[in-house]
Amino acid sequence: MSASHEARTPEELAEQWEAEKPPAAGPLSTAAAAAVVVLLGAAVMVASFRLGVGSVQQPGAGLWPLMIGAFLVVSSTVLVLTARRFDDAERFVSSSWLVLVGLGTMVLFALVVGTIGFEIPGAVLAFVWLRFLGKESWRLSTIGAVAMVVAFYLIFVLALQTPIPHLF
Amino acid sequence: MDYSSVIQGFSVVLQPENLLYCFIGVLVGMLVGVLPGLGPAATVAILLPITLNVEPVTAIIMLAGIFYGAQYGGTITSVLLRLPGEASSVVTVFDGYAMARDGRAGSALGIAAIGSFVGGTVSIVALTFFAPFVARFALDFGPPEYAVLALLGILLVASVGSGSRLKALVAAGLGLLLATVGRDGFTGAERFTFDSLALTDGIDFVPIAMGLFGLGEILYNLEDRSGRATAPPKMVRALPSKDEVKQSSGAIGRGSVIGFLLGILPGGGAVLSSMAAYAYEKKRSKHPERFGQGAIEGVAAPETANNAAATSSFIPLLTLGIPANATIAVIFGALLIQGVTPGPQLITEHPDLFWGVVNSMYVGNILLLIMSIPLIGIFVRILRVRGTILAPITVLITLIGAYTVANSVFDIMLVCVFGALGYLMKKFGFEPGPLVLAFVLGSLLESALRRSLILFDGDPSGFVTRPISGVLVLALVIVVAAPALRALMTRRQNRAKNEELV
Repeated sequence: MSASHEARTPEELAEQWEAEKPPAAGPLSTAAAAAVVVLLGAAVMVASFRLGVGSVQQPGAGLWPLMIGAFLVVSSTVLVLTARRFDDAERFVSSSWLVLVGLGTMVLFALVVGTIGFEIPGAVLAFVWLRFLGKESWRLSTIGAVAMVVAFYLIFVLALQTPIPHLF
Repeated sequence: MDYSSVIQGFSVVLQPENLLYCFIGVLVGMLVGVLPGLGPAATVAILLPITLNVEPVTAIIMLAGIFYGAQYGGTITSVLLRLPGEASSVVTVFDGYAMARDGRAGSALGIAAIGSFVGGTVSIVALTFFAPFVARFALDFGPPEYAVLALLGILLVASVGSGSRLKALVAAGLGLLLATVGRDGFTGAERFTFDSLALTDGIDFVPIAMGLFGLGEILYNLEDRSGRATAPPKMVRALPSKDEVKQSSGAIGRGSVIGFLLGILPGGGAVLSSMAAYAYEKKRSKHPERFGQGAIEGVAAPETANNAAATSSFIPLLTLGIPANATIAVIFGALLIQGVTPGPQLITEHPDLFWGVVNSMYVGNILLLIMSIPLIGIFVRILRVRGTILAPITVLITLIGAYTVANSVFDIMLVCVFGALGYLMKKFGFEPGPLVLAFVLGSLLESALRRSLILFDGDPSGFVTRPISGVLVLALVIVVAAPALRALMTRRQNRAKNEELV
């Protein structure tokens, strides 16, 4: 987005947004997502019968989930059948791996925070996000990660006294 | 109308402690709202935990502040970075960014703040008179009416929102499903808990909203397609001149009315109203060619309208208990956590709360106006901080925040799961809004439906024969059938046109 190519009118801007849009994934991806929901809906329906549907006069615990399951199956089946018409799904690109890494640091945080406190996993998360996901320098990433944890310690542990597990 | 309770509400809001929390809310709402990629729904969701440790009234006042601050945060990024924080600020980009490029960013942001203030205030005054009337009407509602109304609310949001209707409906279905997890209130049976003790009480609303709206957005932004964001332009003048205010006063007045009226409609009222207000100003202008080149009315009208609409969309929430859009759905969830169930009884049973909520909006609005102008310089400085540095901070705030809601590590895991789901939904073209909304309304819908069936002794025709629920069913049919009819008519018209050509 350099200054020389800047859009001047709303029409040009709309065109530019269109051009900057991520690559579309095509109908197959919508169909696949919908197929997963069809299976989920079917599983819900089976589980609902096990819970006991009851009668219309005396609805059981499974009646409402059964209706939702049926709705999911029907609506997603229609989606599978009409998937041709959808082009709003996005293709996974090489940088989509970064998302998995980012998610990994969060899950790690969730797994260990209960035992060793938030400082170490927090610093690891901040460092990975800065250095590897944000491509900042080693120096800035190290200092940034430590500074963030110190700031969070001051705010959440000392100032707000939240019970977040902490090491020190 | 009982005016003493209105005044009582003011005395609650004006307590120093409540004012302080409202101030903090506006400030933090703006700070998080200017983070690129985080719209108002995400901002309110991420900040939910900080409202949970204070008293209900104070929490709600703080929420109102966050709500206004987050809305204005989206405007700031629209004008300075050409990144609309949400759909209702898209049209602001056209003239707002053009103004910023000419060194008039301060004028644009100033007029947006003034317009938001006027629009919001007009809307609150109208709400004050209108809401009790709607609430009184809704007092006669029984389970059947609520069942149909909740269904109607979900359908409207699914059909008016951006993106595909069908996909929105599938997302809403998933939301309803998630709401069934936990012990069944009628029979005590455990549903979809997979023998997990943590799931027995159901899934909390906060991790769902924080994950889907907050983490989902942040993860999605990690892919970073468009390269580095544009650096914000330099600020020359910080305030709109007298002439500029005069020039946009008409647009602000008209925007207030358009915004209020369209905002009452459930689903996308703010988006619709900002576009309608922009189009109307352009149409009635003597020099429509100025629009898109930095016309100040082009900023004033949509910003006034979307704030007026955001305020009037509280009417269906506070009087019927039906949230009209994703952001209001998050606020609905926050109210439920505080033990406040919005609905027609709220105004009679908890007048202090009801008027506390309404009147806190005045305060939120005024604080927004006072704070936005001197703080613009700080926001510009925040926008210069790279997103790569802000992202880990936001993630850590979200994770620690999720823990503090119930002091549960399980909730941190849930946030991660819903963050992943939110990312995947965005990738596959599903909006998370309908899911969250349906989740919020899910248990209400189920219990209303089951109660109705027991009431009708299993005969579903009762929904149609009761007068109010009958009318609502009719509205439901129209909402479902209208798009199909419209498609049929355009197809017929196209065919007629083709035949003419042949």
